[in-house]
Amino acid sequence: MDYEICIGLETHVQVKTRTKVFCACPTEFGAEPNSNVCPVCLGYPGSLPVINEEAIRKTVLAGMLVGAKIARYSKFDRKNYFYPDMPKNYQISQYDLPLVIGGTVEYDFGVVDKKRLGETKVCHLTRIHLEEDVGKNFHFERTSGVDFNRAGTPLMEIVSEPDLSSSDEAFAYLTALKEILIYGGISDCDMEKGQVRCDVNISVRPKGQKELGQKVEIKNMNTFSGVRHAIDYESQRQIETLRRGGKLVQETRRWDDVAGVTESMRTKEHAHDYRYFPEPDLLPMSLSDEWLAEVRKLVPELPSAKRKRMVERYGIPLYDAGVLSADAALADYFEAAAQASKNAKSVANWVCNDLLRDLAEAKLAIGESPVKPPHIAELVELVDSGKISSKIAKDVFVEMFKTGKEPAAIVAEKGWVQVSDTGAIVKFCDEVITANPKIVADFKAGKEVALNALTGQVMKLSKGKANPQAVRDALRGKLTG
Amino acid sequence: MSPDQQAPKIDVPYLAQLARISLNAEQVKTFGAQLQQIVSYVEKLKEVNVEGIEPTAHATPITNVFRPDEPRTPDDPAPFLKNAPQQANYLFVVPKIVE
Repeated sequence: MDYEICIGLETHVQVKTRTKVFCACPTEFGAEPNSNVCPVCLGYPGSLPVINEEAIRKTVLAGMLVGAKIARYSKFDRKNYFYPDMPKNYQISQYDLPLVIGGTVEYDFGVVDKKRLGETKVCHLTRIHLEEDVGKNFHFERTSGVDFNRAGTPLMEIVSEPDLSSSDEAFAYLTALKEILIYGGISDCDMEKGQVRCDVNISVRPKGQKELGQKVEIKNMNTFSGVRHAIDYESQRQIETLRRGGKLVQETRRWDDVAGVTESMRTKEHAHDYRYFPEPDLLPMSLSDEWLAEVRKLVPELPSAKRKRMVERYGIPLYDAGVLSADAALADYFEAAAQASKNAKSVANWVCNDLLRDLAEAKLAIGESPVKPPHIAELVELVDSGKISSKIAKDVFVEMFKTGKEPAAIVAEKGWVQVSDTGAIVKFCDEVITANPKIVADFKAGKEVALNALTGQVMKLSKGKANPQAVRDALRGKLTG
Repeated sequence: MSPDQQAPKIDVPYLAQLARISLNAEQVKTFGAQLQQIVSYVEKLKEVNVEGIEPTAHATPITNVFRPDEPRTPDDPAPFLKNAPQQANYLFVVPKIVE
């Protein structure tokens, strides 16, 4: 029997704010343990939380970016459980009235296989709600230590429908989601700082069956590749269990990255009775038309829309559009250069190849590039108008990157103007013809490629400055005339 | 019919487990009866006619109490750590956490 896999993801993303969601403690990463704490985020009795408006704004913006419905009335709830990383013994979260309802994320298979670039699918979202992150645990031999710096950091939970049917789809979805959130300035999505964590819900069912199979949850994945491997392992485990006639139980499992297996977590009975109730310390939110209109102004063009527009407007390949749109600042850079040029395709080449390579080598961000967008446009124009050869242009670019000077100034300074002047070229041609009687004879005997060798010689003599087409024409004229 | 019969049944041992407190049989009986009384009293609310009244999440008719995203200068964390039963290396030390 053939089985199909159904995957839904619960993605936790730290919202980029300066302060925590319910108190004014800074959210900086890597501070001395327990240095950014106060009575509120330590759960002292009598302390009262106050909602950080920016956290609400960014969560709503995330909802707008995925085309979701924004709740006009929303509230926070208490989720009750005991765990040392949660000092209040409850987490402030959202239960039945989340800020964001529905929405979709379009993902492209190009991130798992270059050949599938442009092949897209849509994953539906259930909801996005806002909650507070918990503290961080450190484990010692006989005890554990807790750092509450992270406790209270605004955390969005993005819940997807079980629309994903393979590890590749889950990976592509997460990549697209991350891109959207970075674009909107909602989160930096820095995996190494634990800003994105994922719970994977996975089940399998015989192909064609409508109802979902028994669901297994894999908790706390913090890399996208880990998610991919865990899904591959777990789906296979479930299918094999069913094929052997076994039964699957609803359970929570943990991914062991070293062993490459999922294993059951012995969660205590009743552990999931969270006894949610409305948070009495916080007043509900009712978002007005005016407030929402202000947030809507912050909505940027999304990467997938940008890619499509770039291909149409500038006639560049989808692959280049993908590279350029991966970072909003880079896309802006390219567009500034392309709009100043008649040859956007060539601009895309310079940016994707030479500029990105040199920036990576120099460890510079696009905003710090010594080469500015108009300089790229000017360089392309110098080549297209025949003022410099494309070979010389490479050297000009190296100088541009090194000095930040305009290409025309560099060309003038170095005397790299392409020689199209017939007098000078004829002189070089005569020299080469005299020095290479054998090649000349070959050409005269009908060996067309011999002309390349002669052209090369002339180019060398001109230190690359001669216009190759003019050289070929001059040589041909002399040898056949 | 007494109010006790109308009120939902309270599973006291389960409740104690959720609250991480241990009760002996005597306490289960005593607290059980007391809780039952409280819940029965709250049940009185069911007698109120709420026809046409919108459910609310809060009794105060105020919404949108927000704070700007401005960090405060952090307090000296030492007093917080001092309040902990045990601390080391700026961490709150707790019994070993097993997942």
